Amino acid sequence: MAWLVNVLQIVLFVAASPLLVGWIKKLKCWSQNRRAPSILQPYRDLAKLLRKETVVPERASWVFRLSPYLIFAVAVLACAIVPLLAVHLPTAALADVIVLVGFLALARFFQALAGLDVGTAFGGMGSSREMTIASLAEPAMLMVVFTLAVSMGTTNLASAIETLLHQLPLIRPSFVFAALGLALVAVAETGRIPVDNPATHLELTMIHEAMILEYSGHHLALIEWAAQIRLMLYGALLVNVFLPWGLAESFDPSSLGLGLLAIAVKLGGLAGLLVLVEILLAKMRLFRAPQFLGFAYLLALVGMLIHVILEVG
Amino acid sequence: MMTPRFSLGFLQDSKLLLEAWLGAGLGRLRQRSRFIAATLGWIGLLLLALLLLGRQVALPFCLLSVALALTSGLTGLWADKYPQLVAQVCFPLLLWSGIAGLTGGLIAATGQFSQEITLPFGLPWLSWHLTLDALSGFFFIVVSAVLLAVALFGPQYVREYESGPYSPGLLALATGLFVAGMQSVLLAADAFFFMIAWELMSVASYFLVAYTHEKAENRQASFLYLLMAEVGALFIILAFGVLVGFGEGFTFAKMKATELSLAWAAVAFTLGLIGFGMKAGLVPLHAWLPEAHPVAPSHISALMSGVMLKVAVYGFIRFSFDLLGELHWGEGLAVLVAGSFSAVFGILLAFQQTNLKRLLAYSSVENIGIIFTGLGLSILFYSEHKETLGAIGLIAALYHTLNHALFKSLLFLGAGAILQRSHESNLERMGGLISRMPVTAVLFLIGCLSISALPPFNGFVSEWLTYQAALQVSVLDSGVLRSFVPMTAALLALTGGLAAACFAKVFGVAFLGVPRSHHVQRVRRLEPLSVLVGMSWLAGLCLVLGILPASMLRLLEGVAISLTGVGLPSSASHGWLWLVPVAPETASYAALWVFLALGLAWILAFRLLYRNGNRAERLAYPWDCGFGNLTPRMQYSATAFAMPIRRIFAGAFVVREEVEEPALDPGRGLRYRLHVDDRLWGMFYEPVAYALRFGVRYVGRIQMGNIRVYLGYSFFTLIFLLWVTS
Repeated sequence: MAWLVNVLQIVLFVAASPLLVGWIKKLKCWSQNRRAPSILQPYRDLAKLLRKETVVPERASWVFRLSPYLIFAVAVLACAIVPLLAVHLPTAALADVIVLVGFLALARFFQALAGLDVGTAFGGMGSSREMTIASLAEPAMLMVVFTLAVSMGTTNLASAIETLLHQLPLIRPSFVFAALGLALVAVAETGRIPVDNPATHLELTMIHEAMILEYSGHHLALIEWAAQIRLMLYGALLVNVFLPWGLAESFDPSSLGLGLLAIAVKLGGLAGLLVLVEILLAKMRLFRAPQFLGFAYLLALVGMLIHVILEVG
Repeated sequence: MMTPRFSLGFLQDSKLLLEAWLGAGLGRLRQRSRFIAATLGWIGLLLLALLLLGRQVALPFCLLSVALALTSGLTGLWADKYPQLVAQVCFPLLLWSGIAGLTGGLIAATGQFSQEITLPFGLPWLSWHLTLDALSGFFFIVVSAVLLAVALFGPQYVREYESGPYSPGLLALATGLFVAGMQSVLLAADAFFFMIAWELMSVASYFLVAYTHEKAENRQASFLYLLMAEVGALFIILAFGVLVGFGEGFTFAKMKATELSLAWAAVAFTLGLIGFGMKAGLVPLHAWLPEAHPVAPSHISALMSGVMLKVAVYGFIRFSFDLLGELHWGEGLAVLVAGSFSAVFGILLAFQQTNLKRLLAYSSVENIGIIFTGLGLSILFYSEHKETLGAIGLIAALYHTLNHALFKSLLFLGAGAILQRSHESNLERMGGLISRMPVTAVLFLIGCLSISALPPFNGFVSEWLTYQAALQVSVLDSGVLRSFVPMTAALLALTGGLAAACFAKVFGVAFLGVPRSHHVQRVRRLEPLSVLVGMSWLAGLCLVLGILPASMLRLLEGVAISLTGVGLPSSASHGWLWLVPVAPETASYAALWVFLALGLAWILAFRLLYRNGNRAERLAYPWDCGFGNLTPRMQYSATAFAMPIRRIFAGAFVVREEVEEPALDPGRGLRYRLHVDDRLWGMFYEPVAYALRFGVRYVGRIQMGNIRVYLGYSFFTLIFLLWVTS
């Protein structure tokens, strides 16, 4: 049963991620008084890309062809580690959150290589920027993880969330700061405004899009899909770690249904927040991003210090 | 341009590759069958001895290994006359030495015993003491694993020097002595023999660094190396001196029994940290490293960076954990700070390099920093009597020691292969090597992934263990330490992120894209088998240690137990698949399962989506913004790739940028020069050099050039000494 729920959760993760993106787009259009595309539009886009012919630059090597599959596989694997509907899942013990960060870094590494593989200025520029931002986001991300790990005594996501579920619903000050830090990191890592703009194709500003400029057809579909899964992953991480209530602890249909409802509401709300941030802020210059991520690191550090000073002993 | 190519593009590539590799391999194997038979016979002989005599063979095997390395070196004396000796005798002897050392080291590291022997050499009242215990055994594994690869790689590589102006005999002699010196350091059990072996290692490697001596900067680099090696050795002698002075004698057993006051222990520890840190390349004592490593022949760089720095780490562990024993938390903090600082500083400078071997040398500074971070955590925990957690830190550091030896040697050998084929070590002129050296590219990529601490390779496992040690910080009593240690862990995370960026740059610029210079473009597709086997051995170990880390953890736990008497928490044992350093609910990592799951996800994605109606893949010219004619120079360069980090961390470097416009012909093109220098040269070395020069000027006054005055000095010194001793 546990394995069944586990597989179900992974499938749900993979299948629902375009829906989240569609929802964000819809909210964004509404808030800007535009007519919104259907919430299913991301699915249609993926289906279109999968049907289309795949064009590969003639100088590309196997790295270019391998990377989309690897990126997608890593995204699917990450879904097995982050709890979405329920805790106690068997795959959660396979790897802890540091391994999760490591695997996301592996995917990014190959994406950067694929950008360089084409041998054009755009690809290299995107790779360089992406790796720069990622190398600054990683310490902030891990600082959040450490705050969580030191206060929960574990780096395993499932056991940390379980501990949290059984505690009184207190607001821990350290967690407030850690959650803010993680939110900033998530914005940077998923390439949203104000760090990167997923909708831009302007040479001087694009980061993620520059790296994947040469991709098309099913390669592009895989990369886009993986990016959508990553967005959902970070969203689930944020809401389920810091607001774990509603996660199913047993596998009977009613608690699973409740879990599904809870995550839908939480992610829907989070999407609203993200949209609010995106319509209020403009994209930053690239060299502002270090300050942004430095701030994220600082927030996480303050969370850690608060934990060490106030919450221990 | 529009040729349609059907499906499975890169799979076909790799299949062709494999066939070519196997085909070439079989041919070569037939040619070298006698050598291979001899090697197999050697392995059989060792195994037979092991079966007949049991664990007692560990020390004899290691001694045999040293003897073979020495023989290899001495054979080099005749190599000037018969250059073929180098490839046919010297390197095979090193290979066998590696096999013997690996076997001996494995036996010693897995068993809880130590073997001693006393050799009748040395001073009249102090013969040479040799001991093999688990720690020495583990470091014997480190040395031998790399030595095997180097011995396989070497014969092809030194061909270049056979016809050149350099003496092949000197190369072989110095290599043999260097290896024997490193192995002897591991066996030494008294301060006197330790220093002899240490100096043998340092001086022999000086000749290797100075090997291509016709360039002035190479001579300068080798002099700097010798200078810092000797200064470091002086510190080590002083550190031993403190222990000997308060104790009974020169053997390690007696030094261990020495009771030191807190202040003297701190003095000895500081001296040891400086001495061994100088050899290991801890910032700010690292200046020789990026100068010396790129200058040596590549297989020697692999030995120096991969192994010699580890011997320094061994010296530090032996000195602080074994000889000093009681450690103070302040010492742990000092090591932790030095380690974190080295890690961040090393990788920042590595990222800015365009010379591949220099970049790898700076990255060694980074990795030594990671190792010392682990050691610092370990000392902190031991000093607070949390022995089981201290063991995690120690194990993480030892694990990273082995890992760094493997992937750094792999990368240096890869750099050597590129250098030999293209005569190029500047990244800015490489590119597109993946189609010219396909197998080397795969192996080099494995090295890059491992060193960037990416799962499922070995570098990730040791960093993960270091994080796990750092996260147990809440058991410490001091609030300052509790908040400080996670910050060093975050610095480690920054290091990891920057390392990934750095090695994405290295692989992307060197192997991907299109060639940036003519001689890289003309590289022929030729990869000698022995070179590939040597590199594959290292790459294979990187993968195996990455996906099956639990058995290695057990082995290292044995080393920790034999060193400090305490292993991991009892809850840690969890089968061979699961890596559980503390307890299953705290953290677990099933690397093999994760690896298989990744493979499964990949295959599923491949199966489901490749079949999805569209197998055709069309080759096209990349997007050129409608201008056409993309030239190789339009690619992103290594300097450009590193530019954002250069700007963000501007405080760490001294950056000089010059843009020149030719006066004669304005508008015809600009010349851009960029120098990124180590800030520590100005902050640390120049003041020291200045003070030294200032002092020497005063000392110089007593040198009058008059022989009678000098005789007078000797006379008075003698009288003084007689007075002191009587």
